[in-house]
Amino acid sequence: MKRNATSSHPADLHLPEAPRLVRPTRLQVAHVQKRGLEASRRALLGGLLAGSAAALGGCDSSNPRTGFLGAMERFNHRFQAWLFDPEQLAPEEPHAALTPPAAFPAYFISPVVPRAPRTWRLKVGGLVERPASFTVEELQQLPRTEYRIRHHCVEGWTAVAAWTGVSIRDLASHVGASPAAHYVDFRSFDFGYWSSWDRPSAFHPQTILAYGRNGDPLPPEYGAPLRLYSGVKLGYKMVKYLTEVNFLPAPTGGYWEDRGYEWFAGV
Amino acid sequence: MQRKRPQPWPIRITHWLNVYLLIVMAGSGLQILVAYPFMGPQGDRAGWYPLDGWQPGPLLTVGDWLAGGRHWHFAFAWYFVATGVVYVGYLFGSGEWRRRLFLPRRDLPNAVETAKYYLRLRGTPPPQGLYNGLQRFAYTGTLFLGALAALTGLALYKPVQLQGLARLFGGYDPARAIHFLTLAALAGFTVVHVVLVVLHPRALASMFTGGRKEDVHEEERYEQPPGRPPPP
Repeated sequence: MKRNATSSHPADLHLPEAPRLVRPTRLQVAHVQKRGLEASRRALLGGLLAGSAAALGGCDSSNPRTGFLGAMERFNHRFQAWLFDPEQLAPEEPHAALTPPAAFPAYFISPVVPRAPRTWRLKVGGLVERPASFTVEELQQLPRTEYRIRHHCVEGWTAVAAWTGVSIRDLASHVGASPAAHYVDFRSFDFGYWSSWDRPSAFHPQTILAYGRNGDPLPPEYGAPLRLYSGVKLGYKMVKYLTEVNFLPAPTGGYWEDRGYEWFAGV
Repeated sequence: MQRKRPQPWPIRITHWLNVYLLIVMAGSGLQILVAYPFMGPQGDRAGWYPLDGWQPGPLLTVGDWLAGGRHWHFAFAWYFVATGVVYVGYLFGSGEWRRRLFLPRRDLPNAVETAKYYLRLRGTPPPQGLYNGLQRFAYTGTLFLGALAALTGLALYKPVQLQGLARLFGGYDPARAIHFLTLAALAGFTVVHVVLVVLHPRALASMFTGGRKEDVHEEERYEQPPGRPPPP
């Protein structure tokens, strides 16, 4: 089969003949796709495959956990859960890799650094045999986990600090968490910030309720008196200013997750 | 010997899929970059990085915001990798690799002569088949860049679960720098590629239609067995 070569002059690729869309990126995408469809019957399949996601409106950037992007997130969730090795530890960083204290970003939702009330206690509940509440001193009586690892922020930066605390694993056995608790939910006093985790990640040996940082008590900027820390999730999953830990049969979303960020967010 | 079109249909389909996917991957990757347009860990920025602090504007990004960009990037990364795997599989399954891949012993002399021609150091282009040595070098190079983009991307996606891979690139932050430099190299290739295609519209036509089998017939005269002088 022969075709007339003049129908696909390269200059055509750059003519603004596609309908004006809000996002120029879509314009480019639709445009390339359109040329493919016009130019060759044989390119039809490729054009359809490539364009189906955008053409069907399945890629809504403002609601990226819906439609095609949402379906792909669920696929990626399964991929990440499959890839997750409960024995794989985040590598211990050398002392020289410690981030200078002032250079480690401190994020919170509240307009000012959230401060714990004097009566602060951590409530631990859900599917547990012995619901309980703890002061920091009481948590310090439980087995201690310490490490110096790299923090991975969703924004793309990393930083290194040392953290001290009690692992969720040890806390779970202390309160008798049920095997039916497939998720763990974390609540805070920072403007209603929260998150929920899959059980394997929460029970990873490096997932801790941290009360110490770089050898000192946890500073208010980094989540005092108690925060979640881990080697296996992005920063926004590690809830600061904790008030509650709940072992639950179902996930409960999260502050950023419900706004469109991916839920699993493993590293 | 069976005559082939210059651009068999699997090549054409993967090529145009890749145009779409590269735009999406580059745009969503740049949207992710906007959130933190620096290289190196906090407190130890990589001052050597040529684009340190450069924030791509909205014309260059896909996904509108960080979460959107990430979802686009991780959704389409699978299709980008799949297209690459299908393409390479086809190259080797069909024997197309022989006329497309850069084989240094065969193609280096022609690449040098073609470079001389472009630099006006010789008056006529050296004889060539479907592609000259320089083209083969560039096209084979993009395969390596694509593989590098995918591997550094995986290291960034799972720097703990795939820490062996991350270590191969020097860790998370160096892998991130390599990931963006790979994009810069692919963008550089694309600019040259588009310019040359504009100068040779027939090459673009054959990427849509497949081209004429006679073109290959013509090519066979050029493909000389080793040791024989090229035709005048």
